[in-house]
Amino acid sequence: MIDVKTILEEIKAAPYEEIEITAPHTGVINFEITTPGVKVAGSSGTYREKPGTLLAAITREHNAKPIHASVNGEVSHIRSDLDGKFVEAGEPLMVVRHFLTKDEVVEAILQKVLFLFTAPERAKYYFIPSADKKIKASGCRSVTVKPGMELFIVSRMKREKPLNYEGPEGIIYAVYFDHDQNVDMGGPLIGVCPEDQTGVIQDVINRVQSDWEERS
Amino acid sequence: MDIEKRIAELAERLAYIRDIFGERDNANITLLASKLDEFSEREKTAQPPEKVRLLQQLEELFVFLEKKLETDLTPMDRVRIVRHPLRVSLKDILENVYDNYTEIGGQDEYSIDPSMLIARAYITRRRGDKVFHQPVMVIGQEKGHGQEFRNGGSVKPWGNAKALQYMKVAEIERIPIHAYVSTPGAFPVEDYPGAAQQIARNIYEMAGLRTPVVSVISEGGSGGAEAIGLSDLRLMFSHGYYSVISPEGAAAIESGIRQGQRAPAELIEACARRLKITAQDNLDMGYIDRIVQEPHLGARAYHYDFFKSLRQEIIKATDEVYLRMGGLNFFRARAVARNKAADAAEAENMYVSWTLDDAACDRLVWRRYQKYRNMAKQAFIDMRTPSTRFFSRTQNLLWSGYSFIRYDFLGKHEKKIGKALRDVEGEVRVVVNKITAPLRRGKPKNAVLACDPEKKQKLLELSQPEQGVCLDDWGWSYVSPRAREDKAVTCPNARISGCLDLWAPDLYGDFAGVCAHCGHHFPMEYQWYLSNVFDKDSILEFNAEIEAGNPLEYPGFDKKLEDAKKKTGRKSSCITFEARIDNVKIVCATLYSAFRGGSVGAAEGEKFIRALARARKKHYPFLAYVHGTAGIRIQESLNGLIQMPRVTMAVRRYIEAGGLYLVLYDTNSYAGPVASFLGCSPYQFSIRSANIGFAGPGVIKETTGIDIPPDYHRSYQALARGHIQGIWDRREVRKNLKQALLTIGGRNLYYR
Repeated sequence: MIDVKTILEEIKAAPYEEIEITAPHTGVINFEITTPGVKVAGSSGTYREKPGTLLAAITREHNAKPIHASVNGEVSHIRSDLDGKFVEAGEPLMVVRHFLTKDEVVEAILQKVLFLFTAPERAKYYFIPSADKKIKASGCRSVTVKPGMELFIVSRMKREKPLNYEGPEGIIYAVYFDHDQNVDMGGPLIGVCPEDQTGVIQDVINRVQSDWEERS
Repeated sequence: MDIEKRIAELAERLAYIRDIFGERDNANITLLASKLDEFSEREKTAQPPEKVRLLQQLEELFVFLEKKLETDLTPMDRVRIVRHPLRVSLKDILENVYDNYTEIGGQDEYSIDPSMLIARAYITRRRGDKVFHQPVMVIGQEKGHGQEFRNGGSVKPWGNAKALQYMKVAEIERIPIHAYVSTPGAFPVEDYPGAAQQIARNIYEMAGLRTPVVSVISEGGSGGAEAIGLSDLRLMFSHGYYSVISPEGAAAIESGIRQGQRAPAELIEACARRLKITAQDNLDMGYIDRIVQEPHLGARAYHYDFFKSLRQEIIKATDEVYLRMGGLNFFRARAVARNKAADAAEAENMYVSWTLDDAACDRLVWRRYQKYRNMAKQAFIDMRTPSTRFFSRTQNLLWSGYSFIRYDFLGKHEKKIGKALRDVEGEVRVVVNKITAPLRRGKPKNAVLACDPEKKQKLLELSQPEQGVCLDDWGWSYVSPRAREDKAVTCPNARISGCLDLWAPDLYGDFAGVCAHCGHHFPMEYQWYLSNVFDKDSILEFNAEIEAGNPLEYPGFDKKLEDAKKKTGRKSSCITFEARIDNVKIVCATLYSAFRGGSVGAAEGEKFIRALARARKKHYPFLAYVHGTAGIRIQESLNGLIQMPRVTMAVRRYIEAGGLYLVLYDTNSYAGPVASFLGCSPYQFSIRSANIGFAGPGVIKETTGIDIPPDYHRSYQALARGHIQGIWDRREVRKNLKQALLTIGGRNLYYR
C-alpha cells in the first residue's frame, strides 16, 4: 500500500527539485553567474520562445554556446573552480534549485499513487454507456475498474471499437479526457487508485492546496 | 434647449481641436477654452437675448480661430485628424454623396470583415428632363467613428479578398469603381489568404481591371492602401495622409527602440514631416492627381458643404476618366479640363455616359499602366551618359523590332507551317504503316531490339567516379568567406533535432550552408547563388548605373546610402542580369539583403521594371531571386511605396505577353515587395528555412496584440497556407530551376 502521507512528508522536507546543469559537450566553461543564491528564470513567452537566464557559456572550437536556465529557481551550487577551464561532456557545472508549486506537488503525488491508463491511438474516447451513466450520476469515483473490463469506446473517423481496461484494480480517481476532444496517442485517459486510498489522497491534496507556500 | 445644444457643439469642437493638436500648447486653443468657460459662467445669469448674442460671438470666434489654427497644422496633426473618431467615414460619404446605396457583402458587424465596406450606389444626373441613375461600385475601408468591430479600418486578408471579388463584379457589370482609402495599414496576419499574398493579388487584378477606378485617399497607410488604391485617377482629401509607414513606425525604426517601448513624440513629429505624407506633398511628387479641399481642421460628419463638393469632385473625376478614353467628347473633355481648378459645380449638370466599349477598355488599361510607369522617375539617380542612354534606347528599339519580326511575324507563320508539316508527316506515317504491314507480318512483335554494344555497356555498368562523373557535384564555384574561419557552428535546431556541431569550412564550403543532420539552411551570401546556380561566366549585368538616391532628402540617409554602396560595391539593392541555366537564357532580378536590408525604393523598382521589359522583348523567362528584402525603403516614402503597384503592373504586362515569372525566396522576405510584385507570381518557391510574410513578429504583436509562434513565417508554413508552391534545397536550386523552366511557363518563351 502506498503511504501518501510519507510521500508528502518527503516533499515537505525538500520542497524543491534540484536540477543539475551539466556540460553538454567538452569545452572551456565560463560562468555568467558566479555566486550561489542568485535567482534565475526559465524559458518564457507564450511558446517558450524566450530563453531563460544565461548561466554559462561553453566554448569549443571557437564556438561559444550559451547554457540557459530551463526552470525558475535559485542557483544553489556552482563549480567555480571550473571557471575558464576545459571540462568533459557531462561534467556537473551547477545546481539550480527549483521550488515546487502547488500544482507540481499535486502532480508529483498523483503520479506516484495513481495508475494512468493511456490512449493507445489518437482518437476520441467515450465511456461505455453503463459506466458513463454511473459517472454522470455519482461521479467517476463510483466506478470500480478491473483488468480486462470493457470500459471505453474508441471513435475515430466514424469507426468505433471497444477498448478494455488493463491495469490494477481500483476506482477511477480522475478522468483526463472530454467526450468530444481527440486524445493523442499516449495521453492519459483515467487515473486509477486502490479504493481505500481515495480519502487519503483527497486529504493530502486539500492540505497541499490550502497550506503549501509557493516560493518564487 | 437650442442654446445648450450649441454650447455642447462648441465644447465638442474644442475637445476635437485639443485632440488634434495633442500635447502642444497653442495660444488660440487656450483663448477658445477661456472664452468658452467665460461664456458658461455668464450664461447662468444673462438674459436670453444677451445669451444668443454672446453665443453668436463665440461661434464666430471659433470659426475665426479654427481658420487661424489651420495654418498651424503639422503633418502629425493631420495624422491625428484622420484617425479621430469624428473624422468623416465611408458610411457618411455613402449617405451624403450618393443618391442611393445598398450595402453588400455584409452589414456592420455581420460581415466577413467589417473594416471593408462595399456598396452598390448610384448618382443621379439630369439631361434636360430626363433623369439618369449612374451606378457605381463603392469600395473602401470603414473606420466607423470608433466602432470597435471595424478594427480602425485595418482590413484582414479576407476583407481585401471580398473587395477584389466585387471589383471583378464591377468589371463584369461594366460600372466604375470608387475606392475610398481610409486605413492605417493592413491587418498583418498570415492566415489564408494571407495579408501579403492577398494584397498582391488585389494589385495584380486591379492592374488589368477593365473598368475605370477613381480612388479617394483619406488615410493611406502603406500596403493596406495599395490593396484598393490602384486607380486611373487619384484624389486625396486635403487633411489626409498617404505614407509608406506610420510616423510612429518610422520613429520606432529610427530610434531603434524595442517592442513595447514608445518613441519620443518629437521624433514622431519629425518623421511625419520627413516622410512627406500630406496631400500637398503627394500632389507635388505626382502620386495623386487632385486634392479635395476639406473644411478647416478636417471634415467631420456634419460638414454638409464638404459632401457637396466631394460629390462634384468624384463625378468630375469619373467623367474625366471616361472622356479621356475617346468617343465624341470634344467640348465636354475641355469643359472638365477647364474646371480642374474651379469648384466644378457644373459637373453634375453635364452628362457623361459611364460606359466603355472593348477598345476603350484596352486603352484604359494601357493608360493606367503608363500613368504608373511615369511615376517616381525623378526619385532615383541615373548616372548614364547621354551616349549610353542613346545606345540603350536604340538597343531596346532593335530588340522590339527583332521580337516583332522573329516571334510575332515569322514565329506565327513558322508555327503554322510547322503544324502543317507535322500533320502531313502524321498522315504519311499512317499510310506507310498500312502499306508496309504485310512485310512486317513475319517478325515477332516482342523481338529484342538490337543494341549497340558500347551503349549497352554504358547502360549496364555503374558510373566510374575516377572519370570525374561523381566529383562534379562537390565543387562549388563560390565558397563563402565564412568557410575560412576555423570554428564550429551550432545548428539552431540542435536542441530539438540533436544536430552535432559543424565545422565552418565543412558547413559553408562543401555543405553549402546546409546542416548535415537536420537540413537547416544557414543564410548564404547572394554571390553563392550567382556563382553556383547559373552557368559559368554567363552573367551579364545591365542597368547597374541606376542608383538609389535620397529623393526626400531624409536627414542622415545620404550617409547610410553611401555606407551601403561602399560596403557592397553596388548602387542599389537590386541586381539585374541576363544569365543561362543549362543553356536556357533567362533574365534575373535579385534583391539582396546586404544593401539596406534589400529594401525597395525607386531605383530598385525601375531596375525591376526594365528587366521585365527586357525579358518580354527577348522572350526570356524571368526569375526574381529574392535573397532578402525587408520591404519598401521607408526613407523614400511614397517614392518607394508606389513601386508596389508600379512593378506589379509591369509583371502583369510581362505575364500577359506570355512570359514565365518565377519567384524564389531565400532568407527573409517581408512586407511591400511580397505584398505586390513578388506575391502576385503564380509560381513562387522558397529555399528551405526562409521566412516569408507581411510583417515581422514585433509589428504583429504591436498592431494586433497576437503572440505568434516562432515558426509563424517559416517557408513550410507559407507552403501549408498555399502562399508558395514548393520548397527547394539550396544545393538543388539549379536542378529545380531547370526543371521549372522546362515544365512551367508562358507561351511566348523562346525555347518552347
